[in-house]
Amino acid sequence: MKIKDNDISTSLQQQVKSAINDKKSLCIQGGKSKLFFGNRFDAELLDLSQHTGIISYEPTELCITVRAGTKLSELEALLAENNQILPFEPPHYLFTDKDGTTHNTATIGGAIATGISGPRRAYTGSARDAILGVEIINGDGEIVSFGGQVMKNVAGYDLSRLMVRSQGTLGILLSVSIKLLPKPANDLTLSFDATQDQALAVFQALRVQQLPITASVWYNNTVSLRLSASELILKTSHTRLNTFLNDKFPALSSAKADNKSTSFWQEIRDHTHPFFTLTDKPVWRLSLPPATQSISQIDDAIAQKGDAPEPSQLIEWGGAQRWIHSRTPANIIHNLAQSHGGYASFFYNKGADDETFPALAPELFKIHQQLKRKMDPHGIFNPNKMYQGL
Amino acid sequence: MHLDSNTQNTLLDQLSQIVSSEYLLTTTEALTPYECDGLSAYQRLPVAVVLPDNIEQVQKIVQACSNLKVPIVARGAGTGLSGGALPHEGGIILGLSRFNKILSIDTNNLTAVVQPGVRNLAITEAARPYGLYYAPDPSSQIACSIGGNVAENAGGVHCLKYGLTVQNIQQIKIVTINGTLLTLGSETFDTPGYDLLALMTGSEGMLGIIVEIVVKLLPKPHAVKVLMASFDKVEEAGNAVADIIAEGIIPAGLEMMDKPAIHAAEAFAKANYPLDAAAILLCELDGDEDQLEEQVIVVEKTLKKAKANNIVIATSAEEQAKLWAGRKSAFPAVGRLSPDYYCMDGTIPRKQIAHVLQKISEFSDHHGLLVANVFHAGDGNLHPLILYDANKEGELKTAERFGADILELCVEVGGTITGEHGVGHEKIDQMCVQFSPAELTQFFAVKSAFDPDSLLNPGKAIPTLHRCAELGAMHVHNGELPHPEIPRF
Repeated sequence: MKIKDNDISTSLQQQVKSAINDKKSLCIQGGKSKLFFGNRFDAELLDLSQHTGIISYEPTELCITVRAGTKLSELEALLAENNQILPFEPPHYLFTDKDGTTHNTATIGGAIATGISGPRRAYTGSARDAILGVEIINGDGEIVSFGGQVMKNVAGYDLSRLMVRSQGTLGILLSVSIKLLPKPANDLTLSFDATQDQALAVFQALRVQQLPITASVWYNNTVSLRLSASELILKTSHTRLNTFLNDKFPALSSAKADNKSTSFWQEIRDHTHPFFTLTDKPVWRLSLPPATQSISQIDDAIAQKGDAPEPSQLIEWGGAQRWIHSRTPANIIHNLAQSHGGYASFFYNKGADDETFPALAPELFKIHQQLKRKMDPHGIFNPNKMYQGL
Repeated sequence: MHLDSNTQNTLLDQLSQIVSSEYLLTTTEALTPYECDGLSAYQRLPVAVVLPDNIEQVQKIVQACSNLKVPIVARGAGTGLSGGALPHEGGIILGLSRFNKILSIDTNNLTAVVQPGVRNLAITEAARPYGLYYAPDPSSQIACSIGGNVAENAGGVHCLKYGLTVQNIQQIKIVTINGTLLTLGSETFDTPGYDLLALMTGSEGMLGIIVEIVVKLLPKPHAVKVLMASFDKVEEAGNAVADIIAEGIIPAGLEMMDKPAIHAAEAFAKANYPLDAAAILLCELDGDEDQLEEQVIVVEKTLKKAKANNIVIATSAEEQAKLWAGRKSAFPAVGRLSPDYYCMDGTIPRKQIAHVLQKISEFSDHHGLLVANVFHAGDGNLHPLILYDANKEGELKTAERFGADILELCVEVGGTITGEHGVGHEKIDQMCVQFSPAELTQFFAVKSAFDPDSLLNPGKAIPTLHRCAELGAMHVHNGELPHPEIPRF
């Protein structure tokens, strides 16, 4: 895999300095695949999509340093050549242009800035777990680096991890160093029928089993598990899973191998699965303690006439990430998630004024504002994108 | 730096209304045990030591200090190795040792809610009946507290596979400098807003006081295997580490010791280490039994190919404990060779292991002090132990200079000055080598967002630009001095 080596950091830095001088704010953009994520705001475009290339990569160091505009598809192809993967399996949401054509343009910078992780997250960690270092343009237009390329590093505050999920509001990611994992030799997808309650109980019991599970989904009364290991281990694991199901959940039928596995997990990862594409209802993401009980009543209570009788929930991460279609008012969904010790974010089909994230406690928001003011003293990086007033 | 007597009297008066007199220490005799942490080369007496046992008391103490502008140094078990809990002459030690309860264990979500003074190992002991454990295991785990682990982002032997403290906690409660109680993180896999949990982890008590922690628990691996391989050349051992990883295996632990360390450990622990080896590797694999069997075969083959001349595979718990005993007793073993030793903590890219060990040996000749190397080879975290005698005039200074040379070398080869011990008081000058003035300024900006008057553990971890300039150890990138416009005093 040849990735174009193109360092435009000097020109990006110049644009930031001009923005400071002209008192203009900037909208930081990579592959445009996550334009929907966060609040809308007016600002001058700062395009990172041409800032691409590998700065350093030695597979045995389990670390890659890559420019932020590098496409995930190209980065992952390079890693695959060396039998390695990004541990957090970032989604490649597709960018749809004016003609309706979709493009796989998601970048590593966008994956880190939003901190959205994919199916593997519950088993091998999140984007923030994998980040080792960053190079950024800070709020004064200077290029600074934090963290590094080694696994253990406690020199200075952990500003690399602070950049993950900060949605570009604290600085512009120029390059990131990421911890890698060996690519498992093979994947096997095993499926069996289960109600939501049964699925959650199985997920619960599986947490202390030591099967090589790397993804889990419950959708349309089916549980799908992805196992990743050598052929031999996958074979014994399949047997072990069925023995386990038979012992603990005799009401369930045994798990069968599913051939369509690769495309299925890609659809789940990239939200090209019909659950995400075939609905016009608001789509919410609930992040919950994994053992949270079934919360199906949310749809029953507000089902409207004319709503298609589609499955309205898709559960991932062993119960920790739940996607819901629902027309229920935002405040009720936020309260519901909070009452279970989690939170909800408004993902798709939201109105122009709907906020993506739930409000923070006032004292906590104050700290956010203080930190934002210190890191971005001129207030130019993605203002209001994450929260109004931040 | 010292408090004026008026402020001191007011402070002590206010503190005495918050905690009973037995938990407010002010006499020299009572303060002396708190004069240093695990790095005993640096000592100072604080104005007072306060030992609260509930969050409300912490809030009141912090408010009182904040109003009077009195520095606060939080302290857990005092086992830190970088002087992070070294007292401030004009401030108090806020000791959290009485926060020693495990509040709950959630066997469904695999978490535990613990107070900061709980010992690291006590969490694993409490979780054991449920088949669970807490993964980060710094070598001081028998004594160190979880609050201190969070403040330092503590590591241990198993970081390559299981991560540091930051990857193993989900939520903390902190008291900010104005006495506000904040919850950072959550019991879910992510939290809206900035990742302040990550920012707070490893911030060395400079951004807030940690008063409660939710840790992640893991199911105990079904099986463990330990391999020991000896090598004639240090370089071959270093290469073997990369070869194992190239095979797609992430060992639970991968430790390396050089000849002086092997000899010291063998004399102390009788672990059956080969005394003629230039270096040994200890490789621990864990997981499901079937997977493990497969991995042991691959690792053994890889070690042989990497020119290991003797490989021992310990399968029984006793054999494994014996192999580990040598490594785990390496520090006290080296302590027998010399009246004092100074433990360093740099991290380097693994490919630099042989080069760095060669340079350390040259430094050793230059400074005339012996050094033994034990390290977490899997993640490149070195712990050179510099042998010296504090009673010999000038030897501590020479040891410090030797240590500084090693840390600067770590930065030069693309690593860092501290992997898991923290900067604290000890490595503050080397921060000038690792970070540019703009980067240090950014750290101060973050600090001031949380603690505008710089009362939380002031003077630690982040050096002022003034200090770096005086030291002459400015970070120079590509031979250009950054920010020529900044005055250098």
